[in-house]
Amino acid sequence: MRFIIAFGVGGLICAGAQLILDTTKLKPAHILVGLVVLGAVLSGLGLYEPFQEFAGAGALIPVIGFGSSITKGMLAEVERLGWEGLFTGAFEITGLGLAAAIVFSSIVALICKPRR
Amino acid sequence: MQPKEYQKLVQENTPKPAVVKNMVWAFIIGGLICALGQGILQAALQLEDTKNEAAAVTLAAMIFLGTILTGSGVYDEIAELAGAGAAVPITGFANTITAAAMEFKREGFLLGTGARMFIIAGPVIVFGVLAGFFVALLRALILGLF
Repeated sequence: MRFIIAFGVGGLICAGAQLILDTTKLKPAHILVGLVVLGAVLSGLGLYEPFQEFAGAGALIPVIGFGSSITKGMLAEVERLGWEGLFTGAFEITGLGLAAAIVFSSIVALICKPRR
Repeated sequence: MQPKEYQKLVQENTPKPAVVKNMVWAFIIGGLICALGQGILQAALQLEDTKNEAAAVTLAAMIFLGTILTGSGVYDEIAELAGAGAAVPITGFANTITAAAMEFKREGFLLGTGARMFIIAGPVIVFGVLAGFFVALLRALILGLF
């Protein structure tokens, strides 16, 4: 059941983004930035957690969940450290993936050649 | 109404089949990527102590996957069909980083790959952190978390 919900919710977010892409003049970069900001704001308002509780990876994996993870990390670190958490928390949850992206993308760039 | 005007009106009001087709593919591929992420998330929830750690591990695993699929050229094929279904999941975020790292290597590993890896992902990180900072600050002030 959780897989079906993740599939449906994640799919709907992607389909919505595709619709905006096809019917407006917005570029993919605008949509990605819009989604990440939306996720960060919704998480700050406490609205994203119940949604993610319901949708699981369907809410986490789209880039909107990346924005939510940034805010969530900040709030968790603020509780632990105080104001410093507003800065250290930015990459509390997302940092693992970001550092992984840097390391593995560099290795891939050394090994693989772009096809186009 | 002139026939030409009428034709133009009809053309404007006929739904473009490509829009629906694109949405369906975005839904299917984007949904499948999230369902795969759900499998990783459930495994991570078993292995990690907190939900945040499980989320971090899941995001990293999907980013790793996006990187490998980009390096092997598979992600480009998927993206061709899926559009936003490939771009919106975090694997697509990884794809933009790896693709830029590969493409700009011709300008050198330091000034090409190193400098331009985040040419597309950069704005997402910058505005994500900015938005997060201000809402977290507001929330902390209102709830008195400091």
